[in-house]
Amino acid sequence: MASVIDLAYGQKGIIKDFSEHVLPIKLLELGCLPGNSVELVQIAPLNDPIYINLNGSHIAIRRSLAQLIELDIVEETQAP
Amino acid sequence: MSKSINVALIGNPNTGKTSIFNQLTGLKQKVGNYPGITVEKKEGICKLPRGVKAHILDLPGTYSLNTTSLDESLVVELLLNKNDKDFPDVAVVITDVENLKRNLFLFTQIKDLKIPAILVINMADRMSRKGISLDIEAMEKQLDTKIALVSTRKGEGIDRIKELIADYRSLSTAPNLDASRISPDYFKNLQKAFPNEDPYKLWLVITQDVNFMPIEKKQIQDATSFFTKSKEELKKLQHRETVLRYQFINDTLKSTYKVDQLAAKGLRASIDKILTHKVFGYLIFFAILLLIFQTIFEWSSYPMDFIDEQFAAASEWIKNTLPAGLFTDLLAEGILAGIGGVVIFIPQIAFLFLFISLLEESGYMSRVVFLMDRLMRPFGLSGKSVVPLISGNACAIPAIMATRTIENWKERLITILVTPFTTCSARLPVYLILIALVIPEGSVLGLSYQALTLMLLYLLGFGMALFSAMVLDKILKIKSRSLFMVEMPTYRMPLIKNVGYTVLEKTKSFVFGAGKIILALSIVLWFLGSNGYSDDFQNAEEIVSERITNEGLSTYSNNYIQTNIDSYLEEVKSEGLAPSAVQDSVQTLTAELTESAKAQEIASYKLEHSYIGQAGKAFEPIVKPLGYDWKIGIAVLTSFAAREVFVGTLATIYSVGSDEEETIQNRMAAELDDDGKPLFNLATGVSLMLFYALAMQCMSTLAIVKRETNSWKWPMIQLGFMSVLAYVVALAAYQILA
Ligand SMILES: Nc1nc2c(ncn2[C@@H]2O[C@H](COP(=O)(O)OP(=O)(O)OP(=O)(O)O)[C@@H](O)[C@H]2O)c(=O)[nH]1
Ligand SMILES: [Mg+2]
Repeated sequence: MASVIDLAYGQKGIIKDFSEHVLPIKLLELGCLPGNSVELVQIAPLNDPIYINLNGSHIAIRRSLAQLIELDIVEETQAP
Repeated sequence: MSKSINVALIGNPNTGKTSIFNQLTGLKQKVGNYPGITVEKKEGICKLPRGVKAHILDLPGTYSLNTTSLDESLVVELLLNKNDKDFPDVAVVITDVENLKRNLFLFTQIKDLKIPAILVINMADRMSRKGISLDIEAMEKQLDTKIALVSTRKGEGIDRIKELIADYRSLSTAPNLDASRISPDYFKNLQKAFPNEDPYKLWLVITQDVNFMPIEKKQIQDATSFFTKSKEELKKLQHRETVLRYQFINDTLKSTYKVDQLAAKGLRASIDKILTHKVFGYLIFFAILLLIFQTIFEWSSYPMDFIDEQFAAASEWIKNTLPAGLFTDLLAEGILAGIGGVVIFIPQIAFLFLFISLLEESGYMSRVVFLMDRLMRPFGLSGKSVVPLISGNACAIPAIMATRTIENWKERLITILVTPFTTCSARLPVYLILIALVIPEGSVLGLSYQALTLMLLYLLGFGMALFSAMVLDKILKIKSRSLFMVEMPTYRMPLIKNVGYTVLEKTKSFVFGAGKIILALSIVLWFLGSNGYSDDFQNAEEIVSERITNEGLSTYSNNYIQTNIDSYLEEVKSEGLAPSAVQDSVQTLTAELTESAKAQEIASYKLEHSYIGQAGKAFEPIVKPLGYDWKIGIAVLTSFAAREVFVGTLATIYSVGSDEEETIQNRMAAELDDDGKPLFNLATGVSLMLFYALAMQCMSTLAIVKRETNSWKWPMIQLGFMSVLAYVVALAAYQILA
């Protein structure tokens, strides 16, 4: 199952339906809801934390949390 | 009689609440482009149209009414407590036009509490750049509110906010969302059990679990009896609420909010590619720190020398102009000397605050959090601890307040306990004067030895903070939840006005805060230093005169005369005067110098036998092993109140004990130990610097730690640990170097 940590730089994913209670409410309030998109912006040295664009909110979260956000990776279609 | 309207400014972090507060009230609060600048309530008064007054409250930012950290819970507690004297008549919800969707989440929650709410859409100046267009009228209808489109930066829309506040009675208080949709059965039961209460409010009370901190939470309401559902089930319902709210918001924005992707230009992503880069990110961060130190040291030396000389000149002037007497002495030796000891550091402190405020305003601070998080974790800290540790370089007090944004109580406690190790601006005066005295000039790789020493002291403070954090992480057994999340705001050109105010405010409070203590202490010290009860003190003049007649002047005085004459001879050589004329003038000069050396010896003899001299002598055995004489001992003792008092105290003591008006630094350089060698040598200097690097020496910090941890236990442990550590390390350093 793909999650946020599997994204490549600049790649996007669409958040899947998740089992209701794995994610903290904070994250949902920021727009981490099924159907919304996540883009990987930057990974910090030592691979943690991870800086994402979550539906327009630019936030950094730790790897352990990012792992819980399951998604379908969108293949790059548009030209860079 | 017009009653004033209670207004609360509420909104997500970093949306410009404080900037709007400043515009409304004219009060200048500190702003910054780092989420969590405001961690406390701030109040102000605003005059509205038609003679109405509003009482405005600036609150910490919060993403929603479900809180996870202390600063956020402040907002919720206020909104849930109708009896609070600050309970708002109207809530002004401030949003950022770029993050409108997310920001509206909080708005709908407040609306559902049936508090009259005005929606402010701030940062309107960024709309064209981001290709955003809004249909305000349609949005007002859908959200059932009144909207003000504002740009604080350009000062637009502020009057509209004032009008809407004055008109708040016409606002609708209908909810945006029918709360019972979250769970019809559950809400029906709630309503049945408490028919007089609003069900959504009850729901919020039930789901608050701000248990990340062992502070007794104010009992908002006895709601425990509602726990008919398990935590898991409640959480599920909270998720459902979130989804419902976003549905509502998406529906609203679909027709009223348009973003032209082509017009949107984003700098953030490309700047972040570099600033948070695995290698360049750190290099840039390090380069910025280096630049700051170099600046603080090099640039500010010019204004500092200037100020130092001015104070010496002023002292001299007072002594020469005012009639000789007690008052003149007090003014010149006591007060002016003490105050000069602080004023001289204004340039450095201003520079320091300037840099920190620039880092915050530009948005860079969040990137530092991101870069440092992983590195801080082995020490029991989080990336968010870096902000207190950095702003601790200005002052530990706001830094400890800033820890309120750390969600995890253990991480927060550790950060509070170790922050006082960072090199606050009050240490600067002590360091700078000692460095100038004992560290040679010269440079390596373009960096002066003196600047490097300063940098090492900063690193030492930071290192000690990390080390103690690691130890504390091992020792403390506190279970707490951890959720690390930090927002990366868009980069903003710092507003000169905002930065200017911060620098001014902070510098002012440093000078006046320290100034008060130093003023009081320097009067006391002066009195104790110029009076004494013993015969030795009363008869100082005869005793010293007699000794000089019998044994001649001290070696130091003889050297002093000799050097002065030598330099005089050097001077006249170039002028080519007749030898006989030179001889005559040398004779007069020698007589003058002898006279002043004698006065000097009397003054220092008197000081030694004054009240303070005797008190200091009694204390001396404790500090002797560290390489300090009794005068330094007194300064260490008085500077327990605040570190910068050290320099002021020494300045006063030396000034009383000297007959010449000189700069503080020259006075210190002229101090001799028992063997007639300079007192401030490398060993003493290093020992003192280490002592100040590690010792607590700040009453205000202890008070704030007490407040933030809600017990005397932690500040006392902190004080004990830091003092013992400082003593032992300073002792070791002196014994090794001497
Ligand atoms: N472009 C633009 N920037 C603004 C505007 N208003 C405020 N800012 C900037 O936004 C940043 C945050 O402002 P603050 O007033 O500190 O925000 P806050 O909501 O009080 O933040 P917290 O107290 O941290 O929750 C600062 O860098 C301001 O200069 C505006 O109208 N336009
Ligand atoms: Mg604020």
